[in-house]
Amino acid sequence: MKAVKTSIPGTRQPRRPRLAVAKFASCDGCQLTLLNLEDELLAVGDALEVTYFPEASSRMRGGPYDIALVEGSISMPEHARQLAELRKQARVLITIGACATAGGIQALRNWADLESYKRAVYPTPAYIQSLRTSTPISEHVSVDFELWGCPIDKQQLLRVLTDVLAGVQPFLPAHSVCLDCKRQGHPCVLVAKGLPCLGPVTRTGCGAICPGMGRDCYGCFGPVEGASPGPGIPPNTASLSDHFSSQFHLIPVELVRRFRGINGYLRPFREESHAWESSNKDSDAHR
Amino acid sequence: MTNAIPQILPKSGFPRLIEALRAHHYRIVGPVVRDGALHWDEIAGVEDLPIGWQDTQQPGQYRLERTETTTWFGIVHGPDSIKRLTFVPREPLLTIERKAKKVTVTPQMPEPTPTALLGVRACDVAGLLVHDRIFLQGRYADPYYQVRRDALLVIAVNCTRAHKTCFCASMGTGPRAQSGYDLALTEFEDEFLVSVGSEKGREIIELLELPSASPAYQRQEQERIDACAASQVRGLQEQHRLPQGLYEVHEHPRWETVAHRCLACANCTMVCPTCFCHTVEDHPDLSHTRNERVRLWDSCFTPQHGMIHGKNFRPTIADRYRMWLTHKLASWIDQFGVSGCVGCGRCLTWCPVGIDLTEELHALMRENVDQATP
Ligand code: SF4
Ligand code: SF4
Ligand code: SF4
Ligand code: SF4
Repeated sequence: MKAVKTSIPGTRQPRRPRLAVAKFASCDGCQLTLLNLEDELLAVGDALEVTYFPEASSRMRGGPYDIALVEGSISMPEHARQLAELRKQARVLITIGACATAGGIQALRNWADLESYKRAVYPTPAYIQSLRTSTPISEHVSVDFELWGCPIDKQQLLRVLTDVLAGVQPFLPAHSVCLDCKRQGHPCVLVAKGLPCLGPVTRTGCGAICPGMGRDCYGCFGPVEGASPGPGIPPNTASLSDHFSSQFHLIPVELVRRFRGINGYLRPFREESHAWESSNKDSDAHR
Repeated sequence: MTNAIPQILPKSGFPRLIEALRAHHYRIVGPVVRDGALHWDEIAGVEDLPIGWQDTQQPGQYRLERTETTTWFGIVHGPDSIKRLTFVPREPLLTIERKAKKVTVTPQMPEPTPTALLGVRACDVAGLLVHDRIFLQGRYADPYYQVRRDALLVIAVNCTRAHKTCFCASMGTGPRAQSGYDLALTEFEDEFLVSVGSEKGREIIELLELPSASPAYQRQEQERIDACAASQVRGLQEQHRLPQGLYEVHEHPRWETVAHRCLACANCTMVCPTCFCHTVEDHPDLSHTRNERVRLWDSCFTPQHGMIHGKNFRPTIADRYRMWLTHKLASWIDQFGVSGCVGCGRCLTWCPVGIDLTEELHALMRENVDQATP
């Protein structure tokens, strides 16, 4: 990867790389992580020219952009077109957060009947323009790097910007939450309290926040080792859910809910929830 | 030194031991209960010890409970071996700074406080000696480990109660601390028997002028420790066929069987007193003028561990579990002259799905014998 170094056209005077922060269907929380950088915000401003960031400034300038951070899932008919345009304008496109990377909590509608939702919620459903499914950015355009989490971790955001600016592959470890949970010395809530912690199948990045508060991880950083690992490669969701079923006596509907959350639409979690849904399951049917 | 006659330290006189340690400028770190598990933490005095508490451990499960007893060291151990104090989870190594084209590298050496570690189990003392072999021998002694290790005074507690997960007896590492401690205690109702294991230990205990234990008392001590050994239900009976035996089962179908259960979560390697894999990370700042280089606990179960340029040569869980078990129990012997397992049982207890390495080894080696018999 080439360093994102730029100069003003026709001169050798360097200019700051141009940053765009765009959103689709999302809550804006991940973009706020950028504004929450507080101590580092001035350094970000020194390193990048914030060109397009409606959440922060009404001065919105057009592309091309050196780096685009994209929040949110593709959820409305015009999203796909807007995204394609943004992709053309962006040298490096980085998705931020569970919505952009996995479809988000709104992807729960992928299992539901959209029309009945519209009728239940809106007095005039005809006004509602919505796609039947909510899908991650990577289903529509090529994505250079993905930041996970709901919301993303600010240190990871800073790191990905630092590395992209330096022209190196961003450092984004893909191991389990457990490894960081143990590095930090938290007592394991799964083993010591019998809570159905998803840490073993969840990707690191948050710093093991939930076990640090005595709570079980619910997988907000998505599956360990990514969205489409091959056969025999982690996450081993089947083994973990079998353990929750046989030892902690979770019933199938609880297991479906466990995996069908913020990242429920991603293949490893999606398939696990399907397995328990189609069960009411005799356990052999389940892999 | 170790064959000197043990001495009797009444529990009521224990504060004198603490004073003696303080007089030698040690802070005291001992077992402390926090959030449902045992941890190592600084203690002010006897009152901070988990008196009356006990643990129960089985594969994949750990529970603490208060009992009617007044045992001081009733909890066998928690998730943390003492490696957390010597081979720390996050060790800053150096900082690299660039100012006006000049690059400065500054090592970050730890400056640990002298620490008396109170209540170290025999398996953990054995684990520490394994780490000494790894980090301190030969031309490449690790300075970070060295300074932390030198700051330690090890006060062991011999075990008189074992869990179903413990198998130190079969590994020859316990329940009595074998060597590598400065002082070792065996707990009785109202007193401790104290054995001296080093000159440093002798200097401390001499200050207390304790009476020697009678031969009958020493026999009683041995009986309690023997009973603990006899109560252990697990073991690595195949030990004598290692390392070769495991190399021969490299293609055994059992690796796939265990991979169906294993999560590759790395918990077993984090809690193991001998696992020493680490990664070195650079943490640069946004302006690319300052970089902090740190060493962190790593594990052979992570995707990065088997990553070379463009390819992971241990992609599957089966590959990784085989790597772990074969290194731990076999190639470790070739590499360091000892087994990488001291029989503490932590990897069984703290495995979220309760995978038992003794059972895996039995399955791998038993079926191998069957296959070999016509
Ligand atoms: S608490 Fe959860 S994340 Fe932490 S080690 Fe246990 S299972 Fe893993
Ligand atoms: S512990 Fe799990 S649910 Fe909690 S913040 Fe981290 S990844 Fe998200
Ligand atoms: S391999 Fe398991 S039983 Fe052996 S020393 Fe390590 S944690 Fe303890
Ligand atoms: S053996 Fe257990 S603790 Fe170790 S990686 Fe596998 S599931 Fe995790």
